[in-house]
Amino acid sequence: MTNKTHFFDSEKNVKWVIRALYICCGVLFALDFIVNRYSKHPWEWIWGFYPVYGFVGCVILVVVAKWMRKLVMRDENYYQPAESEAEQHNGGQ
Amino acid sequence: MEHLFNSVPPFVVFYITAVFAFVLEGRTRTVFMLAGIVLSALNLLGLSAGDNWQLQFMSFELTPVRVDQLSLLFGYLFHIAALIGVIYAIHVKDAVQQSMSLLYAGSALGAVFAGDLLTLFLFWEVLAVSSAFLIWARQTDTAFHAGMRYLIIQVLSGVILLAGAIFYFVQQGNLSFDYIGLNSVAGWLIFIAFGIKCAFPFVHNWLTDAYPESTPIGTVFLSAFTTKVAVYSLARGFPGTELLVYIGAVMACFPIFYAVIENDLRRVLAYSLVNQLGFMVVGIGIGTALSLNGAVAHAFTDVIFKGLLFMSMGAVLHMTGRINGSELGGLYKSMPKTTLLCIIGAASISAFPLFSGFISKSMIMTAALQEKYNGVWLILLFASAGVFHHAGIKIPYFAFFAHDSGIRTTEPPKNMLFAMFIAATLCVGLGMFPQTLYQLLPYQASYTAYDVTHVLTQLQLLCFSALAFVWLNQKGLYPPELPSVNLEFDWLYRRALPVGALVVLQRLKAVQQLVYQGGYKLYCQLGALEHNRQVSKVMVFSQSTAGMVTWLALLLTVFLLVGVV
Repeated sequence: MTNKTHFFDSEKNVKWVIRALYICCGVLFALDFIVNRYSKHPWEWIWGFYPVYGFVGCVILVVVAKWMRKLVMRDENYYQPAESEAEQHNGGQ
Repeated sequence: MEHLFNSVPPFVVFYITAVFAFVLEGRTRTVFMLAGIVLSALNLLGLSAGDNWQLQFMSFELTPVRVDQLSLLFGYLFHIAALIGVIYAIHVKDAVQQSMSLLYAGSALGAVFAGDLLTLFLFWEVLAVSSAFLIWARQTDTAFHAGMRYLIIQVLSGVILLAGAIFYFVQQGNLSFDYIGLNSVAGWLIFIAFGIKCAFPFVHNWLTDAYPESTPIGTVFLSAFTTKVAVYSLARGFPGTELLVYIGAVMACFPIFYAVIENDLRRVLAYSLVNQLGFMVVGIGIGTALSLNGAVAHAFTDVIFKGLLFMSMGAVLHMTGRINGSELGGLYKSMPKTTLLCIIGAASISAFPLFSGFISKSMIMTAALQEKYNGVWLILLFASAGVFHHAGIKIPYFAFFAHDSGIRTTEPPKNMLFAMFIAATLCVGLGMFPQTLYQLLPYQASYTAYDVTHVLTQLQLLCFSALAFVWLNQKGLYPPELPSVNLEFDWLYRRALPVGALVVLQRLKAVQQLVYQGGYKLYCQLGALEHNRQVSKVMVFSQSTAGMVTWLALLLTVFLLVGVV
């Protein structure tokens, strides 16, 4: 196996990609103040509505999902014993 | 037969090809299967709106084939999906999978061209049985059990549909499958049957349970047909049913939470399939020409981009034998082409401008605002950001990037790559030239996907969702991929019901013991039979029903003889 270095092996490249995302976000946010966009929803006209909604929505999504883990997460073999027993039972008949 | 036309019913060529696929093998089978699909496509192009095939069966007026714009659109779509699926599966030697996939696709065609409820029911059930084989084909215990659960629920949906059809016939005096509505018992039964197949909340678990347990090629086929037949059926029978707007909103929303914490990447895609169905169901519920066009257009684009995503994850599973996010990562190093194709699918499902999801999803969003469903629109917007988060970023990130798992493999077989390439080309092509799809849509509504506001706001939403992902990851707040099972509604019938039944059985057994003991004591206390204690002991302790019956028969005979004498 060759020890070839790949694009994301370099920290510099990863930072470069993330910086590009920051710049995109900055430009898109700024455009909200420049472009005269139309709005139909009562909240849509607010400056920065879409960026804030996207960001906050995703943070809430992840926070709630993490909290859900406490409630719903079980061992990966959780259903296995009952189902194998059922199979033995069926196999025995 | 009232009207004859040169073409045969659309499902026929698929069914015949399925038989050939079962008996042939190797290259001959591939050639036959591809030729079958091409022939079927030519046959379909020979049909035009208004071509109906009617027949009299007993006292029923049936319309096994009804052709209109709506059924034609799904007909084209299913041919594209079948072609991509068959190419993706060329390397597979299993004759059962090969033939069942065509029987399955053919049944989907039969269902969308069915002009009456009886024909629809027949294809509904063949659809269920043929697709179950694609799950069992994985040949694991888990797949077998998941397939059984899947089949039971699918057949149940068919039985409810049949009951609804019978009620419908009694009330209406015919079986024609047109607008049904919720004004009757028949309407509700048929609605529930469609709802089960469309993965409505609480009855959606057959999908997230079984699809990820299928083979790499099985899941690609499964994702294309069953749920889209249900979407078609809802669009045909229940357009403008307001209840669907709220059901769809829930469907679009709740699966994304599960998708964030799910480890099996094909199960993540199954959750996002439910999420995308939610958008379509909302579109059908709103019921305007624009929203209905949006719903069927989204079904069209979804089959292709979801197929592409399932194909890329199937390729990962095929090459590495693993599909859990916790075991993957860094695959872009050895599967760069698959990575790129997966990213195109991810961009399409996330509705990036210039990709297919953008041109269809935005129609539904616009229609929701036009009809003043402001709250539902906010939920759909949240779901749009969420789908980018879990399907757009999570899938490619954990499979191909993230931490390097050390797995070094190669690109999948060429046929798999080619199938993904076709799907990716369609994703980009439809995204760039939306009119290609718009001109095929069944209802009259003008819509322009690309304007500055649409493009800008969608890019803002998506880029800031990505920013949230980066921020959460850097802060260590993003939940790591963990090997686990997340409890869902199916816990009720996979755990609570069997355990509950076991407890009830044990209690019944205990009661039976008590009855035996009580009976024995009572028996002993009967002075008249006291002298027969030894005999009764033998009788009771044996606890055999046959023994009891024998003794009872003997007693009765004695009484009878005494009586007669």
